[in-house]
Amino acid sequence: MNKAVPKIALKGLKKRFGPKVVLDGIDLEIATGESLVVIGGSGTGKSVLLKCIIGIIDPDDGTVLIDGEDTTHLTGSNRTELMRKFGMLFQGSALFDSLKVWENVAFGLIQGRGLNRTEAKEIALKKLASVGLPSEVGELFPSELSGGMQKRVGLARAIAAEPEIIFFDEPTTGLDPIMGDVINDLIVQCRKQLGATTLSITHDLASARKIADRVAMIHGGKIVWSGSVAQIDRSGNPYVDQFIHGRAEGPIKMPVRVR
Amino acid sequence: MVPVIQPLGRAFLGFLEATGRICMFSAMSVSHAVRPPFYPRLILRQMIEIGYYSLPVVGLTAIFTGMVLALQSYTGFTRFNAESAIPNVVVISIARELGPVLAGLMVAGRIGAAIAAEIGTMRVTEQIDALTTLSTNPFKYLIAPRLIAGLVMLPCLVLVADIIGVFGGYVVSTVKLGFNPQVYVKNTLDFVEPLDVISGLVKAAVFGFIVALMGCYHGYNSRGGAQGVGAATTNAVVSASILILTFNYAITELFFSR
Repeated sequence: MNKAVPKIALKGLKKRFGPKVVLDGIDLEIATGESLVVIGGSGTGKSVLLKCIIGIIDPDDGTVLIDGEDTTHLTGSNRTELMRKFGMLFQGSALFDSLKVWENVAFGLIQGRGLNRTEAKEIALKKLASVGLPSEVGELFPSELSGGMQKRVGLARAIAAEPEIIFFDEPTTGLDPIMGDVINDLIVQCRKQLGATTLSITHDLASARKIADRVAMIHGGKIVWSGSVAQIDRSGNPYVDQFIHGRAEGPIKMPVRVR
Repeated sequence: MVPVIQPLGRAFLGFLEATGRICMFSAMSVSHAVRPPFYPRLILRQMIEIGYYSLPVVGLTAIFTGMVLALQSYTGFTRFNAESAIPNVVVISIARELGPVLAGLMVAGRIGAAIAAEIGTMRVTEQIDALTTLSTNPFKYLIAPRLIAGLVMLPCLVLVADIIGVFGGYVVSTVKLGFNPQVYVKNTLDFVEPLDVISGLVKAAVFGFIVALMGCYHGYNSRGGAQGVGAATTNAVVSASILILTFNYAITELFFSR
């Protein structure tokens, strides 16, 4: 594989819901092994961006290239096949509440890769251990865990099949600062172990500083700034400045409606 | 004139749009249900949920329906000295109409609502998206097992309901109305024809499919948190009930109009 081909490339990605334009021509490239964090206010289309790339939402216009291949409108078994490259940690963890914790972690291994349950359970327990959860937790149901523990399980599930690309949707939202930092550490550690390409979206700057190589700011459906994490404090961009200093006054006006 | 016609037109277009969506959804569901991979464990679980756990509700409905049928026909038929027709009326009404329709409606309330609430909650908590990211097609994993289970289990339920319903009529007729037990059973068995029962079972299969489909469709397309799931549950039960009554007429027409 040519090294110059970015792992993920977006060209002019557009999506609207009714009259509301959410993505208005996003251009973005993520190199293999890089960690990009997209920051932006609530309702600026960060989640929609992730879901367009992973194919849960079908974009109206533009292309998504994974490893140089156009995957924008893949469906059926081709899409299922492509999904094996991906792992995703959802904002609310999105654990299957009818399954035990270890079955959640092993889900992609059993259903996606056809491993038998005994083998999959062994791997699942290892992955749980790698996010700091003892094997007893594996026998519990997700509803018996706290939010932070659920996030850990979600992380274990996302990395269980050792994907090439991992998406993190607001990994620290809804957690206390300490648990947030624990999750950040785990994300950094998992990335190192797997060497995966990661794309995270967040409005938590502490989290962004910790896990990012590069930061991109989304506003009004466009990428308004991108640069290395070190440059973020002297970007000279009014949007980024307003965001990192958390000022109510500035070029960004918070929308009332999400959609 | 415009203010009157405009909402009518809008409602009609909305109805057509919903019908189209449901048809596309069912076509997609069926196409996934007949192609591998299959999930036998999930199908079995849904069969137990839909078939076995609905037995008490459907059984109670059937026995009281059979009993009241015998009682009402008696009060009516004595006016024409036609009491002897009671076994025939009971068995034919139950097997052709009341068994499948009442079982269908009860299951719509019990199972359709449960399916819509479960899938709807999975939708709003992103569990359905999570399935996709774990290389699992939600149509195959969530929807196909429920449709198959509904299609297979409702005929079984209705067969049991038929027997229980006829038994209810038998009990009232022999204990309360003074029928001879042997004569009642003989009359019932002599009169009932295979087509009566078969048409009822065909209806049941269609109703079972409708109930599961409406639950899945409304759950899968639910939006906006707890309120959205609540609306999906209501819509699933109401639309399934209306479709059951509509299709009941259509299938009856198909079988019995010459």
